Amino acid sequence: MSTNGHTTDPQNGSLLMQPIRKVGIVGYGAYVPRYRLPGTEVARIWTKGLGGSPIKEKAVAGLDEDVTTMSIEAARNAVARAAIDPKLIRAVWVGSESHPYAVKPTSTIVAESIGTSANIQAADWEFACKAGTEAVQASIGMIGSGMNAYTLSIGMDTAQGRPGDALEYTAASGGAAFLLGPADESVAIYQGSYSFVTDTPDFWRRSGETYPTHGDRFTGEPAYFNHTLSSARTLMELMGTTAQDYTHAVFHQPNVKFPSRAAQMLGFNDEQIKHGLLAGEIGNVYSGSCMTGLTAILDIAKAGDRILMVSYGSGAGSDSFDLVVTDRIEAARHRAPSTWDYINRRTVIDYATYCRYRGKLKD
Amino acid sequence: MRDVAIVGIGQTPVGEHWGASLRELGADAVLAALADAGLSSADALIVGNAFGASFSSQTQLGALIADYANLNPIEAWSVEAADASGGAALRAGYMAVASGLADVVVVVGVEKSTDSIAQTRVMARNVALDADYEAAHGLTQTAQAGLVMRRYLYEYGVELGAFEGFSINAHANAKGNKNAMFQNQIKPGAFARASMVADPVNLFDGAPDADGAAAVVLMSADAARDLGKPAVLIAGSAAATDRLTLHERQDLLYLTAVAESTQKALAQAEVALGDVQVMELHDSYTIMTTLALEAMGFAARGRGWALAANAGEMFRPTGKLPISTFGGLKARGNPVGATGVYQAVEACLQLRCQAGVHQVPQAHTALIQSIGGFGSTVVTHVLRLLD
Repeated sequence: MSTNGHTTDPQNGSLLMQPIRKVGIVGYGAYVPRYRLPGTEVARIWTKGLGGSPIKEKAVAGLDEDVTTMSIEAARNAVARAAIDPKLIRAVWVGSESHPYAVKPTSTIVAESIGTSANIQAADWEFACKAGTEAVQASIGMIGSGMNAYTLSIGMDTAQGRPGDALEYTAASGGAAFLLGPADESVAIYQGSYSFVTDTPDFWRRSGETYPTHGDRFTGEPAYFNHTLSSARTLMELMGTTAQDYTHAVFHQPNVKFPSRAAQMLGFNDEQIKHGLLAGEIGNVYSGSCMTGLTAILDIAKAGDRILMVSYGSGAGSDSFDLVVTDRIEAARHRAPSTWDYINRRTVIDYATYCRYRGKLKD
Repeated sequence: MRDVAIVGIGQTPVGEHWGASLRELGADAVLAALADAGLSSADALIVGNAFGASFSSQTQLGALIADYANLNPIEAWSVEAADASGGAALRAGYMAVASGLADVVVVVGVEKSTDSIAQTRVMARNVALDADYEAAHGLTQTAQAGLVMRRYLYEYGVELGAFEGFSINAHANAKGNKNAMFQNQIKPGAFARASMVADPVNLFDGAPDADGAAAVVLMSADAARDLGKPAVLIAGSAAATDRLTLHERQDLLYLTAVAESTQKALAQAEVALGDVQVMELHDSYTIMTTLALEAMGFAARGRGWALAANAGEMFRPTGKLPISTFGGLKARGNPVGATGVYQAVEACLQLRCQAGVHQVPQAHTALIQSIGGFGSTVVTHVLRLLD
């Protein structure tokens, strides 16, 4: 596969990212809104029911929900599982491509709502669908360097799909929050990470535009697959691992087909990806996509399980993480609703209601 | 007038060349054709291109490709005739050599469709329609095919599934062509169930836009004989036009320019329709293939569709009337302004007995036809192996 002329050869020492001190996930939390728009509803309106749907249904935020409120929900679950005083958190970072404000941070509202102190870093991140995992990479660096003990990295979206566009089937709402901290307090410990980034314009939304534009099939091989596979392969090579070394793998999931094919190309089987593959049930939650998948894995994982998480963000880049689950997972997972509690809490809506909830009706 | 022969051929794979630009594709094909001819330069370069301005924001392709192929200061310019641009460029090259104004001419067809995304591309393609009376009212090229096909189904009482043989044949013939965009097969029955694009034209009916470039090197037949390489004579070359707008036509279901250019090219070549052993038609839509076969005289009016019923025997390389032998526009793909030159390259491979699994046994006369708009520009060439 072409890497568009880019190399993964190390320029200066090892490419593997490992902090000075070990960092892990101390608490995690997902949030998925209750409303579901079936793919058949979109097809009913736009294709006379013909042509099928890439997923069963997608999660839709309600009238009173946005990235801020949903981030607060997920963050509260992460804090509950971590069982720490939120005033110990020293950074709140929210990755999204649907921040409610163009100018005014989501992260400050989230931070104050969950009860942090004012002694924090706070910022909104944007890198299409990998804004959340970019914030995780930064958290690993911050904690791993000893600058502070706990940070909160969130990937959350109320993704936009133009009415009638192929994206309308999948562009969904939801995401996850990860409270990172010292390894000895963690439910899963980062073994190493890697990022692969190029200038590849496969999907974008210019300032002031309501809906994104995408490059049709260009979003596949040169974009999603090139970056996802380059990132995952390089990390596994750096870690000296193969697909067989992982209990679970989770990928960015714009649909069911792409992550399934990427997994297969990397040597993973269906059993390894089934717990993290949620796109068929909730759609593509963009910045929260593989992060939400990871929460579903942690909900059922056992101590010693090894997990590969690979994000993808258009524009384009991919972050890969190698994690090993600890025995602290058993006590922590029950302190907040599971991801599937949210997925099973569902109210199906029709296209008209979807239009109202997502503000599709303009004067 | 001198006889003209094709002495070199070159082509790039047809598909989505995300990593290659218009100039790279064009130069690759030019250099491949020159290498095939055993030459390193020419007197002129003629470029067939339909939508460089709208797809790629690029005109002056003659200078662009001549520069990139390191052929400066060669005379170079482009020819545009919508989807018939490749065929028209070949005819321009033929005229240049036949007239004696140039001795060696490279004709390259090139298109870079994926410089635009699909929605933009549909709009960009509309410049080939009548801007005032068609495009401004929302008509597209595929919608034109839909309107004509609907009328055909109504007039002759034909079911949509009757056309499937054309698409099945194209995909079957593409199998083994490493330069084809699609090598998957279409199962019988799948055609009639495919998603509609512009009802009744469906997803398995229309040819896909693609990137690609193909080139041929032309010189006089006498010079070609001296070259000592297998050469193909351009025995007939003719172009004709019809009214641009569909609503101005006397008869919506008869492609007069197809009939006109076919008859002229055959007459020049001094061969009859029955002497043609292999054809590369402009199968952009099954209705286009149907109407072209009727206008050329291979079927009575209203009966072109019936040929598709026996496509498996009729149109395969070993059949009575081999068409789309490397997949045609439908499966090889339609790199719009390059398509007419791909047809020439493929016909040369047939006549030079270098077509491999696509080889039509004992093919000595080939007909290639390039159509712009819905039959408003038609360029037909008759080719045979140079004695």
